[in-house]
Amino acid sequence: MDIDKTKPYPLINSLECKSCGRCVAACPKQVLQIGSELNERGYRYVVYAGTGCVGCGTCFYTCPEPYALEIHIPAKG
Amino acid sequence: MTEKVLCTKGIYKEFPRKGPNAAPSATHYCPGCGHGILHKLIGEAMAELEIQDDTVMISPVGCAVFAYYYFDCGNIQVAHGRAPAVATGVSRATDKIVISYQGDGDLASIGLNETLQAANRGEKMAVFFINNTVYGMTGGQMAPTTLIGEKTMTSPDGRDPLTQGYPLHMCELINSLKAPVFIERVALSDPAHIRGARKAVRKALEIQKAGLGYAFVEVLSPCPTNLGKAAISSNDFINNEMAQEFPIQNFRDRSAEATPVPRAKSDFSKASLDTLFDLDSIPAHVPCDEANFKGSQVKISGFGGQGVLSLGVMLTQAAQAAGKKVSWYPSYGPEQRGGTSNCSVTISSEAIGSPVVYHPDLLVAMNRPSLEKFKNDVKPGGTIMYDAIMGEVEMPAGVRGIAVPAQELAVKAGSAKAANTIMFGVMLELGITHLPAEAFAKALAANFSKKPKLIPLNQEILEFARKWVRETVK
Repeated sequence: MDIDKTKPYPLINSLECKSCGRCVAACPKQVLQIGSELNERGYRYVVYAGTGCVGCGTCFYTCPEPYALEIHIPAKG
Repeated sequence: MTEKVLCTKGIYKEFPRKGPNAAPSATHYCPGCGHGILHKLIGEAMAELEIQDDTVMISPVGCAVFAYYYFDCGNIQVAHGRAPAVATGVSRATDKIVISYQGDGDLASIGLNETLQAANRGEKMAVFFINNTVYGMTGGQMAPTTLIGEKTMTSPDGRDPLTQGYPLHMCELINSLKAPVFIERVALSDPAHIRGARKAVRKALEIQKAGLGYAFVEVLSPCPTNLGKAAISSNDFINNEMAQEFPIQNFRDRSAEATPVPRAKSDFSKASLDTLFDLDSIPAHVPCDEANFKGSQVKISGFGGQGVLSLGVMLTQAAQAAGKKVSWYPSYGPEQRGGTSNCSVTISSEAIGSPVVYHPDLLVAMNRPSLEKFKNDVKPGGTIMYDAIMGEVEMPAGVRGIAVPAQELAVKAGSAKAANTIMFGVMLELGITHLPAEAFAKALAANFSKKPKLIPLNQEILEFARKWVRETVK
């Protein structure tokens, strides 16, 4: 999946994701969903739709895992 | 193009632990658990306030028992419910910022007393209290914070206040105390509440950075596993049910008017510790016949108040003066004001493994119950010194019994209280401990160093006892 890196985007560490779904429910833009693939630990990790992230950080703060996702926000201009 | 990255701070990059770990940077918490959310908030606040190197995190017993895997700061893991006591110690003894991280069982049940006492003293600590209404680590038993009607492993029909009482409101309890600076209840449910929690966490740590005193943040937190709910319906449970019982609000913020809590500087120098533990009274070394020295084990027993324990201490000091290894091991409890008490002394030229004496070479029995209790434990060939006031006694086979009129001799020698010094002198003269006379003299001087007037008197009593042995004992 292509991610538009000129806009904010979440970087998901699929190995760390436990598929709890908190970020999916919290995302105001509804651009996250539980994926169909299993990670090595047997969880269906969250995937980003590839576009639509506004970099609000909501998913980051609601995610219980320290390193399952981080938000990249490009500098303006 | 430069970019800003919103990522976790103040948390180690990897969480190594025993056994294989498929994801080296994943927590040990269940999916959707609130602990990880709070960990990230605390880590971020520590990093942004630049206090990581000055902070000690106290981990509890509970699911957060392994908090030290995660927080990149100083860490101590403590016994169940004891975080406020340890946090108090760290806070008083050092200039570190102290965080106590506790769950509802740890903080509000087993540790409730210490929680309230530390809050009441206004200790300098930030307490983060995870309230998820259940005991998580042990499998979802009822907690002090379990809601009325809530089903848990140990309240399968729902918590009934008639038999199980009502949920404990920790913020409200602590708010009844005068000393705390900051008290707030927050929640880790939806994004708006998490933003509120983030602010409160930061505030509590700012208060610590400024040394203003006690800050308490109760965090309503999801436990999907034990509540039997999905991560999202756990949020609804917090917002709709927990928040009814535990209102999400700030209870107190006196940070603007509070001033730093002064604490005296700790002195951990060897000299001051020696004085504190009375170690500077160890007598100066006296010569001892090393080649022929034989170690011994002594049990001293009698009524509380007969100087049983201090006789043991004097013997210990004599052994120290002779440069021996020695242990003194008291056994007393409620008896120490009237019943029997005893102590064990082991003297050796080698390191002593256990201070327990099962079979003494010498038993000093100041009363009959002590004699009867321990006489059959004495080694064959050993000696029992007992107060002659007991009258007829039966000695075990192969054990030498010496009836010492200790109380009578003490009175004659000038002090009714000195029966133990009489026994000390008899012990010396009989040579049972193989310690030189000079060591006994040094021990008396050390033992009475705080009452120097008693030193010459006790020296006389010691000599009086030795004379009695020479004249009386064959």
